[in-house]
Amino acid sequence: MHSFLRNYPTEAKLLAVLVVICAALSSASPSFLTLVNFTDLLNNNAVNVIWAVGLVVVLIAGGIDISFAVAASVVQYLCVFVFGWIGGGNWAIGFVVAGVLGISLGLINAFLIHQFRIISIVVTIATFNAFFGLLMFFSSGRFLYNLPGWWSDRLILWEYETSGGTWAEIRLPVVVMVVAMFATWALIRHTTTGRQLYAFGDNPEGARRAGINIALMQAIAFGWMGMMAGIGGLMQSHITREVVPNALYGRELEVLAAVVLGGARLGGGRGSVLGCFLGVALIAVTQNGLNLMGVSPYAFKMVVGLTILIAISMSNLDFSAMTAPKRRDL
Amino acid sequence: MAEPAIRLTSVSKRFGGVQALDSVDFAVDAGEVHCLAGENGCGKSTIIKIVTGVYQPDPGARIELFGEVVEKVTPQEARARGIAVIWQDLALFPEMTVAENIAFETMLGNRPRRVSYPAMRKRAVAALARLDVDLDLDARLNTLPIAQRQVVAIARALVSDARLIFMDEPTASLTQSETDALLDVVRKLSARGVAVVFVSHRLAEVLDISSRVTVFRDGRLVGVYPTEGMTQGRLTELMTGKHFETTVAARDVTGPPVLEVQGLTRQGEYADVSFTLHAGEVLGLTGLIGAGRSELGHTLFGMSRADAGQVLLDGKPVRFPSNRAAVDAGIAYVSEDRLSLGLIQPQSIADNTVMAVLKRITSGGLISPAKKAALVDHWIRELAVKIGEPTDAVSTLSGGNQQRVVLAKWLATEPRVLILDSPTVGVDVGARAGIFRIVRQLAETGLAILLISDEATEVLANADRVLHMAGGRILGEYDPRETTLQGLEAAIYA
Ligand SMILES: Nc1ncnc2c1ncn2[C@@H]1O[C@H](COP(=O)(O)OP(=O)(O)OP(=O)(O)O)[C@@H](O)[C@H]1O
Ligand SMILES: [Mg+2]
Repeated sequence: MHSFLRNYPTEAKLLAVLVVICAALSSASPSFLTLVNFTDLLNNNAVNVIWAVGLVVVLIAGGIDISFAVAASVVQYLCVFVFGWIGGGNWAIGFVVAGVLGISLGLINAFLIHQFRIISIVVTIATFNAFFGLLMFFSSGRFLYNLPGWWSDRLILWEYETSGGTWAEIRLPVVVMVVAMFATWALIRHTTTGRQLYAFGDNPEGARRAGINIALMQAIAFGWMGMMAGIGGLMQSHITREVVPNALYGRELEVLAAVVLGGARLGGGRGSVLGCFLGVALIAVTQNGLNLMGVSPYAFKMVVGLTILIAISMSNLDFSAMTAPKRRDL
Repeated sequence: MAEPAIRLTSVSKRFGGVQALDSVDFAVDAGEVHCLAGENGCGKSTIIKIVTGVYQPDPGARIELFGEVVEKVTPQEARARGIAVIWQDLALFPEMTVAENIAFETMLGNRPRRVSYPAMRKRAVAALARLDVDLDLDARLNTLPIAQRQVVAIARALVSDARLIFMDEPTASLTQSETDALLDVVRKLSARGVAVVFVSHRLAEVLDISSRVTVFRDGRLVGVYPTEGMTQGRLTELMTGKHFETTVAARDVTGPPVLEVQGLTRQGEYADVSFTLHAGEVLGLTGLIGAGRSELGHTLFGMSRADAGQVLLDGKPVRFPSNRAAVDAGIAYVSEDRLSLGLIQPQSIADNTVMAVLKRITSGGLISPAKKAALVDHWIRELAVKIGEPTDAVSTLSGGNQQRVVLAKWLATEPRVLILDSPTVGVDVGARAGIFRIVRQLAETGLAILLISDEATEVLANADRVLHMAGGRILGEYDPRETTLQGLEAAIYA
């Protein structure tokens, strides 16, 4: 417990905030603390978590990616064509195709960043616009509904009828989310490559002098992000049963906020899978709670914004520093 | 003749307008402790970076590592061939734990492997044991003071089974006992056949530890000399081309009191500290690292608050809520940890120099380029900072020249009280003399100067009075004109 607090101070604070909000919401709305509501929350936010664990790897390596949500849309579109072309496909092929397409888009970012030494925010804003422009151009903004059956049919992996007659269920995206979380955790905590990513984000010059392959780091970070973007895209269409070219536009900021909330640092070198999950959960729970209480959607966007602001400033506060005199960097 | 570990021939390196190295040769034998000496900016760190593939030399260089000519050295290549480095700027990972920093080389390699945290800790423990120090392995590096980070950087180089270790000013921020432990380790390494290249501006150390010394001046090779029979004076002459005398500068000060400290106490840092600093006086404050000297400096500069006691400035009690208030009151503080507290590395030399005096160079709300240039030129000339262009980033300067920029930044504020905390750490002999000449001149104009230093020679030569601090308390006051070096050192190491 002590070492958890020490190694994951942000995550611990976030968890505490989450518990307080959950307690407040469960007393404010009787339908909040129910099994059905919780499984719904999981099903609806699994894709955000999948993206978040991809994005956190980029942030750990000292970069940022604005383009992943649009990249996910591109992958969805290309998947529809690939599956049509090979005459159907199945889940195994689906994951491989979406993953590979996503990785390819991620590698474009990595290549531009490394080759031309442009900072990642500039590169990914550019690719964000390029991906989106190309997508709208080639799709003419049309929706696609002709997804293969295996893709669009709901896959319920666990269900339970509550005493009230409603069903609590866990769908495929939640399982994929768990696998993505586990894989990312294994990568960043338990492989040498993962530790190199942290080191690279923490002190790029130090990493270079230590003999870390910088190009490889960029490729792995953005490749991993791309893979998660593609798989998240696949899951998103599984949920909505359609491909809408601009449906994911804007989601990148929501996910980015969640990841930063979860303790990842924009300067690199810090971030965890647990933090991603808690960050997404905090935003999701706040929205959900306000929704249940019948608050206007406009108001709750604002409340979510405030929550992010408060949580982030809390996590950056060092309480011992508040009592000490100020040291301005002159 | 022993086998050469490395042999470099006609290595040159140019950075924009600066010829950092000009066709130098450098060779180190296996198992030898070889010292690399020279003034700030003469190219010592640059040649280390070339041997280790961080920089590529300009065409024409020949690099031979352990008997094999290597066309293009990369950091991976250098490491694989058994070269380890303690970098002058440490190059550690601040967000990682001590254990992970020390044993980081177990994480290297392009092919992913499983991380074994227990194995990593075991290596870290072993490396720290060799240095005979105890550090919390799970502490995050950025929570440690600079001296402990230095220890981590040293331990990291010891972890590897290197055949050649470069140590770029490893002792700059170490305590005496840590330095002794390091020198001991160096001797043991050398006995085992590991070659060590040692860079330090503490010439006594250099002569003590090494068997040969290579001297650079202005990017050119001066020569390679055996240390037997070499004196500090001779080495200084080789490095600078000049001759320096150490004399005692102390004199009687008659100026009015400027800064009076009365019974100042801060729990766990220093206790019941009282002294008076007069206008025109250089007051030396010495003692071992950890005596509470820097902590006292922090309080005087408004970076921490005392629990008891008071500070009078011109006879009036003052309390600074922040360091900005202290600057406004005319106090300047040159920090010991220049790399993190003193400078903004990626910004230009000019911007760093004027950072604390922006108000004075603005006209009509905008920065006046002419005033800025004049100010920057003045201080660069005054302190003889070796630079390419004032618009170059501070990070491109050699360590000692960065220190001079910090000094320039604070002198530009035209303070009334100047606190110098170890101002010559990592600064070469020639520049030290230059810095102290300026300190003297400033005192002559009426500035009150508190000189914090752990080098007894330095305070004796340059201060008017010397206070000795230990365990957070002031134990004694000495007049340099009546005190011998042996006398003061006996008190310090007692
Ligand atoms: N990346 C760089 N860009 C531009 N100039 C550089 C760069 N690195 C070093 N220099 C310049 O090369 C010269 C040699 O620098 P170097 O760091 O090797 O000096 P040094 O001998 O290690 O000095 P010190 O004792 O102060 O550490 C200096 O004038 C420095 O300003
Ligand atoms: Mg150097």
